[in-house]
Amino acid sequence: MNKIPNRQAICDVLMEKVKTDNDIVVLCSDSRGSASLAPFAKEYPDHFIETGIAEQNLVGISAGLAKCGKKPFAASPACFLSTRSYEQCKVDVAYSNTNVTLIGISGGVSYGALGMSHHSAQDIAAMCAIPNMRVYLPSDRFQTAKLIEALLADEKPAYVRGGRNPVEDIYTEENCPFEMDQATVLCEGGDVALIACGEMVRPAYEAAKLLEEKGIHATVLDMYCVKPLDKDAVIKAAGNAKAVVTVEEHAPFGGLGSMVSQVVGANCPKKVVNLALPDAPVITGTSKEVFDYYGLNAEGIAKAAEEALG
Amino acid sequence: MADLKAMSYDLRKNVVDMIVEGKGGHIGGDMSVIDTLIALYFDAMNVGPENMDDPDRDRFVMSKGHCVEALYAVLAAKGFFPIEEVIANFSKFGSKYIGHPNNKLPGIEMNSGSLGHGLPVATGMALAGKMDARDYRVYTVMGDGELAEGSVWEGAMAASHYKLDNLCAVVDRNRLQISGNTEDVMAHDDLHERFKSFGWNVIDVADGNDIDQLIAAFAEAKTVKGKPTVLIANTVKGCGSSVMENKAAWHHKVPTAEEYEQIIKDFADRKGALS
Repeated sequence: MNKIPNRQAICDVLMEKVKTDNDIVVLCSDSRGSASLAPFAKEYPDHFIETGIAEQNLVGISAGLAKCGKKPFAASPACFLSTRSYEQCKVDVAYSNTNVTLIGISGGVSYGALGMSHHSAQDIAAMCAIPNMRVYLPSDRFQTAKLIEALLADEKPAYVRGGRNPVEDIYTEENCPFEMDQATVLCEGGDVALIACGEMVRPAYEAAKLLEEKGIHATVLDMYCVKPLDKDAVIKAAGNAKAVVTVEEHAPFGGLGSMVSQVVGANCPKKVVNLALPDAPVITGTSKEVFDYYGLNAEGIAKAAEEALG
Repeated sequence: MADLKAMSYDLRKNVVDMIVEGKGGHIGGDMSVIDTLIALYFDAMNVGPENMDDPDRDRFVMSKGHCVEALYAVLAAKGFFPIEEVIANFSKFGSKYIGHPNNKLPGIEMNSGSLGHGLPVATGMALAGKMDARDYRVYTVMGDGELAEGSVWEGAMAASHYKLDNLCAVVDRNRLQISGNTEDVMAHDDLHERFKSFGWNVIDVADGNDIDQLIAAFAEAKTVKGKPTVLIANTVKGCGSSVMENKAAWHHKVPTAEEYEQIIKDFADRKGALS
């Protein structure tokens, strides 16, 4: 299994790009270690700003830097970045249209047993509700690298959520198809559409293999771009299927499932089942234990798909 | 700077006209802060329509964004947009002149309105100036009630930590906020010591509605090295007319026809008394 978490891929890209782009700035709120950005801070101190444990300030300073031509990447635990500094994300970044990339690290239930204060199960809903904020949940380290490179090439606000732990690769260095704001189709089948984002893409892909063994053909979409949602891909996948299953490491409201349901309901109505965390503090455990408990694994997704197909 | 003082009464009238036409606005704070804005845009800062995209221009962030009417009046006087257009359209349906600063308008750097945002943003702008070795300066104006926001002090901490001597903040110390006296709502009377303890250079401006004193304070701030400067501008809410002065009710009151007449007369009288 790959031992490199997605957050390290972010650091690798930024360390490479900063050699030729003097405007890249990385900011952390006493979070350089958690963000895997300590090597960047050490090697490029002139491109690194520490704000201390002050997430509102982290985002406000980033907006000011961006307004003056810098390209700030503000990295902080997703739980704090998306809620403690939500208003700065809304006003200073999205509304003021500053070129800030917000990096939510240790997203979802990455912090496991640390409890609800450290879980970010609201960040997709919160960030998607802000006009002019884009929301991305890359699935593996190769896609993360491609996404960061793409974000460096534009000048618009974005929120990127990554997990804390290494995740199994889905792509390879040589084979990582990536089009900005377009879902990646991992496989195609006419029975059920599995649409997932972030760490849930891998189990969704494995669920498709389990279903195939039973003669059920699934389409799997890696919807790393939750906003702007790739509506065309949703409509195509859902239109060809008898049911849709969405999977996300997020609260059951306002996230990928809600957004996919809106698109399917308006364009090609059919049964949509949303798999997500519960509307409650999650059970204590590691990410894997939590995912297994709530059926957010290959077996659980396959079972939900079968049930959806009746 | 008698001409600027005279102009301040003309701009005050523009603000009142805007508020009457738009049927709303934060008139009391506009009157207390407008002299600070005039001193900035007509003396301390090197920014105008001719260099608004120049990377070396000075930057301004209106942290107390609710006093946008005063900012509109000063930006219009500076030539960024016509004042007639602002007065006719302020707060009207579909208008671009909305009730808080919006950077789709020329001359406005950042959107604001939610309090406590300006200082962190200005800190980021000042940091960018240091990183790029540019010699522009960054200014922000906060209200005194606004200082209860914790994010102000996060910004104050960072600006001092990074020794941002290219940053100058102003506190519009008019001692009134929407619920009444600031000292009753949340005390700030040790403001000088608070900023000093955060590592700032602090300049008390005895009369923050005296443009000469403000210009002198901004000039002094430019000479201070190694730390940011804050001007505590002791102002009068509603400054310019006895109808409004030091009355919390005028935080966002629209004058009646009779009040309007008296306010405009007060402005004219005080302008006349200058010469």
